[in-house]
Amino acid sequence: MFESLTEKLTSALRNLRGVGRLTPENMAEALREVRAALLAADVNFKVARDFVERVQTQCAGQEVLQSVTPGQQVVKIIHDELVGLLGEGATELAAKRPLRVLMVGLHGSGKTTSTAKLGKLLKKRGARPLVVACDIYRPAAIDQLEILAQQEELGFYCDRGSRDVPAIGRAALEAAKAANADVILFDTAGRLQIDQELIEEVKRLHAVVQPDEVLLVADGALGQEAVNVAKAFHEALQLTGLVLTKLDGDARGGAALSIKAVTGVPIKFIGVGEKTADFEPFYPDRLASRILGMGDVVSLVEKAQENIDQHEAERMAEKMRKADFNLEDFLAQMQQVKKMGSMQSIMGMMPGMSGVQLPDDSERQMKRTEAIIQSMTVQERRKPQLLNGNRRMRIAKGAGVKVLEVNQLIKQFEQMQKLMKMMKGGNQKKLMRQMEAMKGRGGMPGF
Amino acid sequence: MRSLFKKFRDGLTKTARSLAEKTAGLFGAQRIDAATLAGLEEALYAADFGGETTSEILEEIKAAHKRDPALRGAQAAVIGAAVLERALAGAEGVLPPAAAKPTVICLIGINGSGKTTTTAKLAHRLKADGQTVLVAACDTFRAAAIEQLQSWARRLDLEVVASHTGADAAALAFDAWQAARARGKDWLLVDTAGRLHTKGNLMEELAKIRRVLQKHDPAAPQHRWLVVDGSLGANSVEQAKAFHAGFGLTGLIVTKLDGTSRGGALVAIYRQLKIPVYFLGLGEQPDDLQPFSAANYARAIFGLDAG
Repeated sequence: MFESLTEKLTSALRNLRGVGRLTPENMAEALREVRAALLAADVNFKVARDFVERVQTQCAGQEVLQSVTPGQQVVKIIHDELVGLLGEGATELAAKRPLRVLMVGLHGSGKTTSTAKLGKLLKKRGARPLVVACDIYRPAAIDQLEILAQQEELGFYCDRGSRDVPAIGRAALEAAKAANADVILFDTAGRLQIDQELIEEVKRLHAVVQPDEVLLVADGALGQEAVNVAKAFHEALQLTGLVLTKLDGDARGGAALSIKAVTGVPIKFIGVGEKTADFEPFYPDRLASRILGMGDVVSLVEKAQENIDQHEAERMAEKMRKADFNLEDFLAQMQQVKKMGSMQSIMGMMPGMSGVQLPDDSERQMKRTEAIIQSMTVQERRKPQLLNGNRRMRIAKGAGVKVLEVNQLIKQFEQMQKLMKMMKGGNQKKLMRQMEAMKGRGGMPGF
Repeated sequence: MRSLFKKFRDGLTKTARSLAEKTAGLFGAQRIDAATLAGLEEALYAADFGGETTSEILEEIKAAHKRDPALRGAQAAVIGAAVLERALAGAEGVLPPAAAKPTVICLIGINGSGKTTTTAKLAHRLKADGQTVLVAACDTFRAAAIEQLQSWARRLDLEVVASHTGADAAALAFDAWQAARARGKDWLLVDTAGRLHTKGNLMEELAKIRRVLQKHDPAAPQHRWLVVDGSLGANSVEQAKAFHAGFGLTGLIVTKLDGTSRGGALVAIYRQLKIPVYFLGLGEQPDDLQPFSAANYARAIFGLDAG
């Protein structure tokens, strides 16, 4: 539906080619598309309206460039405007030590998990964090934080007997001093912004611990109410930042724009998975692309960089150059690509591909190929020419596939090898250039 | 009947109030004009109904306004509620008595949607109804999820089958079914780990739980319910679609409707997938799980009294 904002705009603005300038009149249809797109991404109604007005002002009077389509031009304006709005006033966490951080939010937004994740991140940066369990309501919330703290070797404080949250906060500050902790993270209970009693409670906790940072933890898929939720928490507690969670799903995250626009509170971190390491600083340009359905090329490149071993990639490139590429290398390469995540999630990050469904069996096919190679002896992997009929039969049995499939794989591999030999002989320079270019992109081995 | 509506509406208090409040007497004695229509559009979007339902309600009110320029706000509200009720025709899930012993209800959903709490509330509800229930703590992934369910079990006196964190959820479901059969329980409630609908491997785990239960009883799990956070927006439709494709949903529970969110996404989900809504979660107390009534929901949203 939404992937195609660029396409929709291109068609809405098609007749603009040759028209000298963008005007409110010839933009009207396109801006309606933009509004619809923002609403479909859960951006608040008012925020979407204001945003469209801003874009309209930006566009009005601009000359239609000849080099790009008007659609692309407008998308660029929208994108830049969105990046500006999302990134305005972005700051890192305060550098002060000891740093006191209060984590607040609705039920199930991911406060406890985010507390542990932030603790882990700060520990990695050299801090000595202590996490404090202030959720005395949800059953086993304290246990959850304790387990996560143990896993990540973070300091932990709780008082299971107490029903007095501000008192727990006060005691935690003492405990932090005694433990020589320099970052203190307070995990609080989920609460509705309209629950006066619980809002008063967290205000009292706030008064006692005097936090340097108050982070609102919000589900990235939050709907139109995001605005009222954030406003109420901001009024009660003077938020200093936003943590947007569950962004490893396919929610557009329009709520973030609403919250930012209404409260001015900067987005500081995003949660992108269930593991405690899946926690990242916020980049406005990526979220802008996501809200507009433009894919996330930067994340893809970074993911490749993180997961693909540079050294290994160079070794592989060298082998390919010499056409000395065997099945063992083929397997290693496949496993590197797999580390980046499911093929579907990788596709999702590519512009224009987020709606494309891979054939269901592509992932399965990869697994089968892996199984076939793993059913070979090391010798066979290194010297595929050893693979005679008997051996192929044994491999097929080992991998649980038909001999036909083994044959197909070997044939495919031989073709690849032939191709490499050809390149070796003929156009080595061009190949080298390609290899260099690949290294520049994070050393993704040639697939 | 009135008292049931009251309970429902009290749960949805802010919800019920909010639409009318937000539009400052839009649904009062005042006549409808262009400005109130714009206000109405905004209020409808704010309920997360999505574009389709919003335009449908607007169109009908506009058409009525054309026929009768003296149309008043209160009449517009009645039209709005009627459109909503029509869109939700057939959306009321009614749980039939347990056909097999045990009849299995599997609760699934994304992280933080409220599965564990809902499982406890549902077990409590069935028990209060004179039924016998066994609960399987199959969220073996999240830290302390098992303790959370066990703590509910102590509070509400529920029987729980649990293993340890990291255990195989499908194996536990398999064992729990046997235990439920041996103890002659009417219902087996399976609480599962939260998972984002975009994660292939975790969706596969759900399919495995289903396959394994089918070894006991080809019809199990008879009920496969998605628990959706009512404060989420358009993405809940994507969630429902993905879970439906992977697990064949038979029902929906919408949680956290005691806030100011109107849970309009349930309308969008029902329109697209025709999966009935069984219960709404209207608070943190054990009794705050209420059967879904399309008429009550539609009327509460537009600030009307029970029809």
